[in-house]
Amino acid sequence: MTTLTLSRALNSGLRRALEDDPKVLVMGEDVGKLGGVFRVTDGLQKDFGEGRVIDTPLAESGIVGTAIGLALRGYRPICEIQFDGFVYPAFDQIVSQLAKMRLRSLGHVSLPVVIRIPCGGGIGAVEHHSESPEAPFVHTAGLRVVACSGPSEAYTMIQQSVSCDDPVIFFEPKRRYWDKGEVDTASTADSWLPLTSARTVHEGTDVTLLAHGPMVRTCVEAAVAAGKEGRSIEVIDLRSLSPLDVGSIRDSVRRTGRCVVAHEAPVTGGLGAEIAARITEECFYHLEAPVLRVGGFSTPYPPSKLEEHYLPDLDRVLDAVDRTFGY
Amino acid sequence: MADLPGEGAELIQLLTPEGERVEHPDYPLDLSPDEIKALFRDLVLVRRIDTEAIALQRQGELGIWASLLGQEAAQIGSGRALGPRDMAFPTYREHGVAWCRGLDPAKLLELFRGVSHGGWDPKEHNFHLYTIVIGAQTLHATGYAMGIQRDGAVGEDGEAVIVYFGDGATSEGDVNEAFIWASVFNAPVVFFCQNNQWAISEPLEKQSRIPLYQRARGFGFPGLRVDGNDVLACLAVTRKAMNAAREGQGPTLIEAHTYRMGAHTTTDDPTRYRLAAELEAWKLKDPLERVRAYLVRTGAADAAFFAAVDEEANQLGARVRQSCLTMPDPQPMAIFENVYAEDTPQLEYERERFAAYLDSFAGEEVGA
Repeated sequence: MTTLTLSRALNSGLRRALEDDPKVLVMGEDVGKLGGVFRVTDGLQKDFGEGRVIDTPLAESGIVGTAIGLALRGYRPICEIQFDGFVYPAFDQIVSQLAKMRLRSLGHVSLPVVIRIPCGGGIGAVEHHSESPEAPFVHTAGLRVVACSGPSEAYTMIQQSVSCDDPVIFFEPKRRYWDKGEVDTASTADSWLPLTSARTVHEGTDVTLLAHGPMVRTCVEAAVAAGKEGRSIEVIDLRSLSPLDVGSIRDSVRRTGRCVVAHEAPVTGGLGAEIAARITEECFYHLEAPVLRVGGFSTPYPPSKLEEHYLPDLDRVLDAVDRTFGY
Repeated sequence: MADLPGEGAELIQLLTPEGERVEHPDYPLDLSPDEIKALFRDLVLVRRIDTEAIALQRQGELGIWASLLGQEAAQIGSGRALGPRDMAFPTYREHGVAWCRGLDPAKLLELFRGVSHGGWDPKEHNFHLYTIVIGAQTLHATGYAMGIQRDGAVGEDGEAVIVYFGDGATSEGDVNEAFIWASVFNAPVVFFCQNNQWAISEPLEKQSRIPLYQRARGFGFPGLRVDGNDVLACLAVTRKAMNAAREGQGPTLIEAHTYRMGAHTTTDDPTRYRLAAELEAWKLKDPLERVRAYLVRTGAADAAFFAAVDEEANQLGARVRQSCLTMPDPQPMAIFENVYAEDTPQLEYERERFAAYLDSFAGEEVGA
């Protein structure tokens, strides 16, 4: 076991992916000499060369579009989109090109492209640097969407994403980049939880709390706090947002009878709405209360002086938990 | 005053509209009479495929068709300049290039009949799927060319990529990004722009104040304009540009000056936005007729040759028609296929539910 920050864990995972397969490439803005604005790709260009760790022109559609071409040629590109709010210029290439090529070719073409996106708020950034745009990608058939929550998950999930033959949108919780955790860098893929599986990160019996990415830590802290007051909260890290691990969600909610979904993205049309609908279908006779959502407001992300009010924190999560006991 | 689009620019030409062979110092082309006859045959056959497809659409057998009428020389000339290992990225109108790559013309109909969204294996003929979002494929081509570089396949006996797009596409961000990428990475890709003068109803003046080929200079690579209705010139310039690319000299922009003699697609009505006289003027520059005139003038082909080509075209047309009429509709459950390398639980769930739903009608009479 090694103690690593989430950022370093990703770096180690990327390094291993580059070592394991000469077809793996890293590409994006500032990923080379600088090592990425969050230093996730630090040192990779030095060790693997400019041919494999590519500083690209500043154009997101170009990054994804050329990654598609490289994948058509047999490469496995890992693209970095520098910030969540900058993914939209690449939207056509992701949604209309990357996600659909397998279908359009009747299965002849695989596009094993990973798109890494630092996401979420909480770092005091300017506009467009704090968003959580998972919902439109979850809505897009042909993509897999995952989110890592901590160093260990980051290390394994990035490698599993690179090995996946489907395109993967890989969300990284940017305010957790500096969180430290134990990472087993000697472990091998066969011992890892499958990429499509959720993980129970805090066991409980009274209510199920579902979260992904940066909200996992918030929810675990909420569960610990609630535990001191005698309330037993089960926290599940979704990890895979598309496909959802509905089985794990169902098993937990059938036991607890209550569920709160927490995410930073606005609740309107968000992942929580999808999960609530699934739980209603799967657990209708087990539910003691409606599934509640706690998330960003249905507004644009606010200026950073207001973000602590916008982001669901421990207290807002527990407020939602309390409300599920009001039914 | 700046040149208007299409004015004041050199047009590389090796065969005049009257069928006279002219030389160009930079583009020597030594073809045997048989090779020129083969190009003529290509031109006639792809026009016949196109004619048949339009008829099939009119008869309700295709949902839509994007005609290549008038652009045969640009597509055959460039398509025949490619080597078997070169890769081509088309728009949705490159039926002539598809022909050159050896794709079964019937395969093209699937997309327009609504049977698939493309449906061929790009690797089989090194011919990528048709791309409908304008210009998106220029980035795929550029990335593919970067892959060629990483494979060490640039140099003598190297590989190169050609990507097709239209005049309207040059306004798209993706095309401009592809120009930048190809330039800074010196990627082995040839940008083949068929300037057919019209992006549906919008004339070139809505896209550019300068001739399109001149844009290349601003991106840092050569651009040239060729008579897109001259199959020999299109062959010569494409061959030279592809050779330059595969030898490591980077990208070239070729603007093939041509004309969309038909509608944008079968749903379009060009009489609403352009004058009949314009079409009449371009008919005099027809890409087939000048080759026919050349072959007759030089005595390279006799009446029997032309009759044989016409007969082959009729047979091809009949075969395309037959392929269309006998093409089976896909089964409903095909909706769920090829979405993921490994199906997701949600997809499996929906597939099972839909199959059960369909089965619930088993034994029922259809209709009243």
